[in-house]
Amino acid sequence: MRLLAAFLVGLLTCAPALAADGNAERGEEIYTRCKACHALEQNRVGPRHCGLFGRKAGSVPNYQYSSAMKKYGVTWNEETLDKFIENPLKTVPGTKMGYAGVKDPQERADLIAYLKKATSDPKICE
Amino acid sequence: MTIVKLDPLPARGKRRTFLSGFTLSATAIALLAGNEKLGLVGSASAQTANNDVTILNSALGAEQQAIAAYQLGAESGLLQKPVKDLAVQFQGHHKAHADALAKAVTKLGGKPVAPMKDYHFPKEKLKSQNDVLSFAATLEKGAVSAYLGAVPILTDKDLAKAAASILGDEAMHWAVLRYALGQNPVPDAFMS
Repeated sequence: MRLLAAFLVGLLTCAPALAADGNAERGEEIYTRCKACHALEQNRVGPRHCGLFGRKAGSVPNYQYSSAMKKYGVTWNEETLDKFIENPLKTVPGTKMGYAGVKDPQERADLIAYLKKATSDPKICE
Repeated sequence: MTIVKLDPLPARGKRRTFLSGFTLSATAIALLAGNEKLGLVGSASAQTANNDVTILNSALGAEQQAIAAYQLGAESGLLQKPVKDLAVQFQGHHKAHADALAKAVTKLGGKPVAPMKDYHFPKEKLKSQNDVLSFAATLEKGAVSAYLGAVPILTDKDLAKAAASILGDEAMHWAVLRYALGQNPVPDAFMS
């Protein structure tokens, strides 16, 4: 019985969290929090978001990344973004993004759903 | 949308300098106003200072961008009085924030980020006063969120308190800009 309990606890703690279904409309509202530093189309204080999915971290041309982000090495997708957005400073120590992060999993899912839609929209991102 | 008549500078003659109207701790004032004797560096660990420098530099970058955005607005020829005066006043606040943040970064042993050489603002979309105000409101709302994301992770509570005081100023900017745009100036009970 103890073994079974330990196994179940292990499963629960080791299994990756299931991503919540994101709502792009809600995500657009959440994205307003990012707009002091980011824009979809252009580099600002932070790098542009157009073309984000499938892009290697630290690779937007003409943007001055921290050395930590240049070395981070991941490709941005739902999972890598979810981890970074939750706690940027913990995920990439040395990142220039001095922000606590989006702690609510549903909000992250919504934000990522919006980013996925907007950053591949040809009307926005040429 | 209709521009609401504003009297943006009722206290023109008694404009306050940054922090003079706030009650902040001696440490925060020292960090943000540059008092050599009361700085935090001696009491904070290097890692703590590094984290706080990163956070303050993020805020500094956003403040520098806001200064540039208001400069663009002021020089656009699209802003009429008294809205233009309001924009210049808000720009002055951002300059004060930036100066204070840069001094705090230096006090913590860091290097303040420099303003970008060029800011890529959507100039082609700014064709009216309302366009400029909407753009400014977008940045101000983002700034509120940015400070909201900074306050809980600044390891020094006095710095967090000082950042919160800037947050309040940004929130007032956002509300006034929304009011000028004919929108509900305070649409929610909580900011996010």
